[in-house]
Amino acid sequence: MPHISIQNLNVFYGKQPALRDITVDIPDHKITAIIGPSGCGKTTLLKSLNRLTDLYDEVGTNGQVLIDGDDINGPKANVLELRKKLGYLSQRPFPLPMSIYDNITFGPRIHRMKRLKSLSRLGDFIRLHQVENFDLEQALEEGARKKKGASDLLVEFYLRLAGLWDEVKDRLGAPASRLSIGQQQRLALARTLAVEPEIILADEPTSALDPLSATLIERQFQALKQNYSIIIVTHILRQARRIADYVLFMYLGELVEYGPAEEIFHAPKDPRTKAYLSGEIS
Amino acid sequence: MKRRMAKDTLTGWSMKAAVLFANLLVFLVALGLLYKARPILASKSLGHLLTSSSWHPLKGEFGFYPFIVGTVEATLLSMVLAVPMCLLAAIYLAEYAPRRLRESAHIVIDLMAGIPSVIYGLFGIIVVVPIVREIGLALGKQNTGYTLLSGGVILAIMVAPVIISVTMEVLRSVPAEARETALALGITRWAAIKHVVLRHSMHGVLSAIVLGFARAFGETIAVMMVIGNVARIPRSVFDPAYPLPALIANNYGEMMSVPLYDSALMLAALILLLVVGGFHLVAHVILYRIEKRW
Repeated sequence: MPHISIQNLNVFYGKQPALRDITVDIPDHKITAIIGPSGCGKTTLLKSLNRLTDLYDEVGTNGQVLIDGDDINGPKANVLELRKKLGYLSQRPFPLPMSIYDNITFGPRIHRMKRLKSLSRLGDFIRLHQVENFDLEQALEEGARKKKGASDLLVEFYLRLAGLWDEVKDRLGAPASRLSIGQQQRLALARTLAVEPEIILADEPTSALDPLSATLIERQFQALKQNYSIIIVTHILRQARRIADYVLFMYLGELVEYGPAEEIFHAPKDPRTKAYLSGEIS
Repeated sequence: MKRRMAKDTLTGWSMKAAVLFANLLVFLVALGLLYKARPILASKSLGHLLTSSSWHPLKGEFGFYPFIVGTVEATLLSMVLAVPMCLLAAIYLAEYAPRRLRESAHIVIDLMAGIPSVIYGLFGIIVVVPIVREIGLALGKQNTGYTLLSGGVILAIMVAPVIISVTMEVLRSVPAEARETALALGITRWAAIKHVVLRHSMHGVLSAIVLGFARAFGETIAVMMVIGNVARIPRSVFDPAYPLPALIANNYGEMMSVPLYDSALMLAALILLLVVGGFHLVAHVILYRIEKRW
């Protein structure tokens, strides 16, 4: 059974339907792109997975979203655990009003995660990931000599994982708001990863970014998909072609077609998908 | 073409002049007060006037200390009473309350801010003073109810709408991404508010408190009606006090035959102006520092 399974999901804003009867399984350890014209419900679908839709007044939901078999809208659902499991990147990055360093440790500290304190546990965890140019053994040795060794290592690891370490390693104490917007988005990625989610939801994560920063984010996603399932909302068709393994095409609140990226892009079945891909509707 | 350019220059200049005039007014008022206060400053040192507790105008003794203490204590008391409650109310309205409740509460709060202060004074005499007297008596303090505490309570009620409404606006202006980002990490609503929303809007929240403070510090009539107006340093909140604005309002134009009295009141007004002005300045510096940090 995949991590995420959506069954007959309907979402309303007041009486206005935003999502109509969506049923789909999201494959694990792949990049799934949700594409479609603006206003078609892509973001609503994404936000109903981690219940960020709760923030709006007058949102109604029926149908089921099963995450690891549990109905997230059910009476026993724990929304805090849910959101911890599903990391989220917003369209415009929002640096928390604190230092770069604290942006990373904020989540683990609030969740009282043990890796923040235990260097060896953190080391075991990091070994499961592949990080470029990172000499873990040496970092562990160094960490053992410092008082805040575990939390320093945690910060370094996640900043490396998000591809930001080299640019900020000399100014970790600086306010995060001073970073460029592209760097802020990678910081947001690092901050999200630091609470150890299993799934990453990203809502047009590159739309506010310059092309170079956008490429960096895309590259990080490619690298991360071994360990995470990634769902990305995008209105940039070329981006979806570049990085998606699996594609959901939505139109006016309906899930029109879904399948492996190859199929959707090269042999779409529905005329609406064809029209969108050829640029007739946008 | 030339005429239109001239018109443009002229409007530019006139606006500049208007701004200059408005800013100059503060200095003109301060200068005027200083000029009128000169006689008393010439007779006694400023240090003596500010620290002496002896207020006997007929003997030529003008010690402002009790009035300064009265003003500061009444204001601080009102802040202690008002700030925690106002912040909680504003956070609730901005972050938790459903839209309808928020909107209707907003109307009531704006209405409260617009009530003339003399009405608050009457409310104080009719409601607050008797209650304070009973509380005082229950605690074994002889009092008339016209006390520092009554003044503080009335001031707290009067500054509440200002603090609540400004804080609420400030919190509402925090971008939605701030809440989304914080909540998406799986933290509770309160943690998101405390660590992210409030921290992000610290500047604005402090501004709201400063506004409330300035209002309380300068408020005259309502306080005067309930605080007792006795020129002595209050030893407890159940003693009467006599704030500076009340001193000026009560006496100006009354005992002008007493030598130096007029000048002494002018000095009182100047002190009031300088303290409020100084407080604003300090607050701005602090806020600027905080702003620069994050």
